[in-house]
Amino acid sequence: MAKVTIDGIEIEVPDGTSILNAARMIGGDVVPPAMCYYSSLKETGGKCRVCLVKVTQGSAKDPRPMPKLVASCRTNVMDGMVVQNITSPEVLEARKGVVEFLLINHPLDCPICDQAGECDLQNLAYEHGAAKTRYEEDRRTFEKIDIGDKIKLHMNRCILCYRCTFVADQLTNNRVHGVLNRGDHSEISTYIEKAVDNDFSGNMIDVCPVGALTDKTFRFKQRVWFTNPMDAHRDCPKCSGKVVLWMKGEEVLRVTARKDQYAEVKEFICNECRYDHKDITHWTVEGPRHIDRGSVISQNHYERIDLQKLKKEVERQLEFQKGKPLPEPNSLNA
Amino acid sequence: MARKLLLQHENVPGINTFEVYRKNGGYASVEKALKSMTPDEVMEEVKKSGLRGRGGAGFPAGMKWSFLDRKSEKPRYLVCNADESEPGTFKDRYLMEKIPHLLIEGMITSSYSLGANTSYIYVRGEYMYVIRILEKAIEEAYAAGFLGKNILGTNYSLDLFVQPGAGAYICGEETALLESLEGKRGNPRLKPPFPAIAGLYASPTVVNNVETIAAVVPIVNQGGDEYAKIGIGKSTGTKLISASGHINKPGVYEIELGLPVEEFIYSEEYCGGIWKGRKMKAVVAGGSSVPILPTDLILKTAKGEQRLMTYESLSDGGFVSGTMLGSGGFIVLDETACIVQHLHTFARFYHHESCGQCSPCREGTGWMEKVIHRIEHGHGHQGDIDLLVDVAKKIEGNTICPLGDAAAWPVASAIRHFREEFEYHIKYPEKVKNPKHFELEPFVSEKSLVTA
Repeated sequence: MAKVTIDGIEIEVPDGTSILNAARMIGGDVVPPAMCYYSSLKETGGKCRVCLVKVTQGSAKDPRPMPKLVASCRTNVMDGMVVQNITSPEVLEARKGVVEFLLINHPLDCPICDQAGECDLQNLAYEHGAAKTRYEEDRRTFEKIDIGDKIKLHMNRCILCYRCTFVADQLTNNRVHGVLNRGDHSEISTYIEKAVDNDFSGNMIDVCPVGALTDKTFRFKQRVWFTNPMDAHRDCPKCSGKVVLWMKGEEVLRVTARKDQYAEVKEFICNECRYDHKDITHWTVEGPRHIDRGSVISQNHYERIDLQKLKKEVERQLEFQKGKPLPEPNSLNA
Repeated sequence: MARKLLLQHENVPGINTFEVYRKNGGYASVEKALKSMTPDEVMEEVKKSGLRGRGGAGFPAGMKWSFLDRKSEKPRYLVCNADESEPGTFKDRYLMEKIPHLLIEGMITSSYSLGANTSYIYVRGEYMYVIRILEKAIEEAYAAGFLGKNILGTNYSLDLFVQPGAGAYICGEETALLESLEGKRGNPRLKPPFPAIAGLYASPTVVNNVETIAAVVPIVNQGGDEYAKIGIGKSTGTKLISASGHINKPGVYEIELGLPVEEFIYSEEYCGGIWKGRKMKAVVAGGSSVPILPTDLILKTAKGEQRLMTYESLSDGGFVSGTMLGSGGFIVLDETACIVQHLHTFARFYHHESCGQCSPCREGTGWMEKVIHRIEHGHGHQGDIDLLVDVAKKIEGNTICPLGDAAAWPVASAIRHFREEFEYHIKYPEKVKNPKHFELEPFVSEKSLVTA
């Protein structure tokens, strides 16, 4: 076990836990955002740099601070480590810089993007971004391509988190897509127009933090915040069969895997569940889906409030506010 | 004449063949090491010599070797980094082309010390003809019994392979090099784990520059203490410098560390002064990624001391008034050179070579290139200079590998020391439309006109 202090809050976590996961155990505001790290995929993370934090004390044995900001998703905690996230102006400044970098070549076509409303980049930019761009040049553009018959790749929106390539590596056999080219010309693509076609390829859509990979059976059908998410399951020989149905009236518009509060899927689903059962009679509906993430999709639909849960959440927030040291940087308009 | 340890025999005819090289005392270090020394003794000599990595970072080579995980049961590897791609650096190519056996001798001695039975020389793809030279030399060494099974009758065996890269600057970064060597896309890995623990094929690996490995030969031959006598302080031994730019005698020179910069530029033995009788404007002292310095700061430090060709003296003053020895790519610019144009060349390079894995470098290098392009061609406006400084600051230190820093430092330093030239470009867009603008009308600081 290792004791680690994040923004003044102490927590004991098992050895080998990353700083990000330790922060997630605390929960609330101290959790660094993550665009490329994905807990259910191995070796993800370290690329987007939005989760950078400052380590002011390396460990109890070696209290020297780390010279640079570190990627919290891929840096493991040490006993006695002291980490600053939102209490460090340096971290917030760097994070703002990274958000700006992610947006300079992003088309910002949110009004016509299917991901809008459940987009990690949108939320990140809302929290950390600037209202005006300093980028004057033309944005980099690519043609939209079909990778497989059910997935549309909109490379302009991609932030190159590499998550989809890890899905292909770890969930499916025979990876046929990857990253081509270098630098800001790199693109996700299939090898010579080969189609991505295997049972679990649809999970690429779920892991994509932006609207680069979208479900062709759902494209332009409906804004996500006008749909009702319902937990449902069916007996599936290939996967767990636990899904979320996104409904409009009695119509099933799309099927996705269940995402947790960090927008991560723990149980991946197969393509048959995702694409071929858009009929409510094929499913056993469990009830409305609770969306934990701060996003518009949780704002606009009915849901029975679990008072016990709400009380616990309020208490947890109060506890968190109490433990928060409120140092000077918070008064800075960072 | 200064002592030469690496390029001593460069002008002997036929030195690239095994016979001639052997007659001139070649492969003595292999005999000495394998027959009379233990691997640890070889490493002790390298530690005593104070040899520092010649690839750019200047990390002590002996210390790097000592980090190698010797408890692991996995095979150990030595990988030679011959992916020399830093603009302005061409010393490794020269060494491999002229005296290929020196590198191979160094590889054998170093591999013996590290306990590696398989070693690789990773050469950039553009050096195809060098690869042929190396392969021929390796063949000769096998034939002479210096490579293969039971070298010189001892029970030490070594196989040496040459692997061509596909021409990416990023593959000079050691973990990207290892990825590429494994046959994957050359993206740098996240550290830790460092290659000394899990490098090539997840086995303990040491990655060293060509010149570092070649320097092991004289160290073993004459002893680490003797080697450490050359140079000043922690900068020991000799260093190959690739001199280029507006000088009379560009080329590769072997210098003893501690040589004054002024002497290096103006003496007939080395660069031979600035060409066409012009004045010097600026120097990039260690390859494109180190900060650029104006004449007064490269000859003397901010404290007024003479600047020497050592790791410490060149970095005196930090990034405010110093630079780095880096890989030894010494680029001299005369008074007609345009700093903005020069910077644009570098920025374009880094934009082209960023691997695209992490966001600050992928997006930032492209952004900086576009803004500098705009300024250079007379389309810049007020605020662009501060924008550049800010973008560079946000890349620096926030990336996975040092390429981000390498792209940000030249920009930050050029603006720090030559801000007036950037302002000139913004103020007189008509004048800078001609690409030879400063050749026609050398830049004169307006500030100094007022004070004069």
